Amino acid sequence: MLDLTPDEWNAVHLSIKVGLWAMAASLPFGILVALLLARGKFWGKSLLNGVVHLPLVLPPVVTGYLLLLSFGKRGPIGSFLAENFGIVFSFRWTGAALACAVMGFPLMVRAIRLSIEAVDRRLEAAAGTLGAGPIWVFATVTLPLVLPGIVAGMILSFAKAMGEFGATITFVSNIPGETQTLPSAIYTFTQVPGGDAGAMRLTLISIAISMIALVVSEMFARKIGQRMDVE
Amino acid sequence: MTLLVDVRHRLGALELEARFESAGHLTALFGPSGSGKTSLINIIAGLIRPEAGRVVIGDRALVDTAAGKFVPAHKRRLGFVFQDARLFPHLTVKSNLLYGRWFTPRSERYADFDRVIDMLGIGHLLARRPALLSGGEKQRVAIGRALLASPKLLLMDEPLASLDDARKAEIMPYLERLRDETRVPIVYVSHSIAEVSRLATDIVMMSNGKVAAAGPTAEIMQRLDLLPPEEVGEGGAVLDLKVLRHDEEFGMTVLGAAAGEMRVPRLSLDVGATVRIRIRARDVMIATERPQGLSALNVLPGRIADIGAVNGTQVDLRLDCRGDMLVSRITRQSLKTLDLAVGRDVFAVIKTVAFDRANLSRGTAPVLTSD
Repeated sequence: MLDLTPDEWNAVHLSIKVGLWAMAASLPFGILVALLLARGKFWGKSLLNGVVHLPLVLPPVVTGYLLLLSFGKRGPIGSFLAENFGIVFSFRWTGAALACAVMGFPLMVRAIRLSIEAVDRRLEAAAGTLGAGPIWVFATVTLPLVLPGIVAGMILSFAKAMGEFGATITFVSNIPGETQTLPSAIYTFTQVPGGDAGAMRLTLISIAISMIALVVSEMFARKIGQRMDVE
Repeated sequence: MTLLVDVRHRLGALELEARFESAGHLTALFGPSGSGKTSLINIIAGLIRPEAGRVVIGDRALVDTAAGKFVPAHKRRLGFVFQDARLFPHLTVKSNLLYGRWFTPRSERYADFDRVIDMLGIGHLLARRPALLSGGEKQRVAIGRALLASPKLLLMDEPLASLDDARKAEIMPYLERLRDETRVPIVYVSHSIAEVSRLATDIVMMSNGKVAAAGPTAEIMQRLDLLPPEEVGEGGAVLDLKVLRHDEEFGMTVLGAAAGEMRVPRLSLDVGATVRIRIRARDVMIATERPQGLSALNVLPGRIADIGAVNGTQVDLRLDCRGDMLVSRITRQSLKTLDLAVGRDVFAVIKTVAFDRANLSRGTAPVLTSD
């Protein structure tokens, strides 16, 4: 059954790599933006909120095209990063990770933001009276209390990355071994005669990976929940 | 160490304008709900920034708006015990207790972990999570957590208010030990006369955002006119008396007041110990001659020192019993019929004596000392 061709293995491997990178790279930004949206008082907060949520409402193809325009070889950000840091996104797996990160970002921010808003700020005041400065309060009280939301946000981001198709294929195309993730590979199989078996194999693997991710997150959530038991 | 507070701050409809100074060991901020006492303690802690004024502890100014000075809460080194414990749910009891110690410079740490644990009786809880503690246990851990940060001043905001009577009774002795066995000055917010008269050495009486009176407990407790309406019945004199001897035949204990002896049900205290008693104004009757054939055991001669303002049908008298001040609440009619006036010699008939505590000046060495 799991008699995968090298290309198929590549797609599985690549999907997981892209998903993990998308999740990890967007996490610090996700926490920062969630914090700004939950706690910040500044001009343009609704604008930031709108921009963060755009990928959720735009057609993925549009998001992918916008990425291509800005992060592509001739795009303003893409050329700057390539010249100064040697980071290239276009038609690379890094581009796939970027597309997935952008698409999953609103989901991640939402989960973390809700969790930050639920933190009892009186606990932070209590930590302050015990001598903890703002950064320590954040690290020792706020962050641990927000952990369940962070885990949820990470899982959502990873899940979104595993399923992302439209933005990825628009931005970095469908190159086996480089940018061909599971959804792209399945799509390719459905486009050629006799590709049904391959599509089915990858579909089953997709389901398995998603299930494992869900179970692991559930275990995490339970463990954290047991530790906290907030009254 | 003297605490000086002189602040002005507007909070919604409440105009807080308070000034007091206290060097007491346990200063109670006392007054009805909405009188501004919680705002005041939050200002001392640095959780509220006052619009104008000063907060000075010893020679260290924490707030001085004229000089543009405001020390943030985490740099004040004051302990704060909240009404709702506020233990960190993600940490064990032990980690909660040690949290503040972490931020205390080594040279300023005076609180000893084992002694504090022992004093509060929380040694068996160390490995637990806060969610599994009872209300009383949580509050004891919260007190320990504040204390272990080695604070220069301990602030307590109605630490018993959210507990039922049984839990209050459970914590009260620990608060007394805290007061007697440590040298950390305490500021204690409360609206309960029972708590304040039992614990406080000094009282700052708050009313409508202003300080109505401030001074030693015995003095302030007599000002029935200042008490919140629901607590007036509990108001009266607070006296610290010595145990003279025990009368085993009738199971009584004899206490020495300035104007004579007082007999109360047997106390399990040594002769010579000091006990704090509270005599409610409503429990003191006035007689113009020494009464005969009366079941009340305690009759003290005294002189009317002061007649308060008439309040409806009632009026409060203050009696000077050779230096011990008693308060009596009688009807306006009795005042007229008995022809009572300031300076007249009368007898105070005391119906009941309330024991706020067997107040032990045991002379134990302080467990903790702050500089």
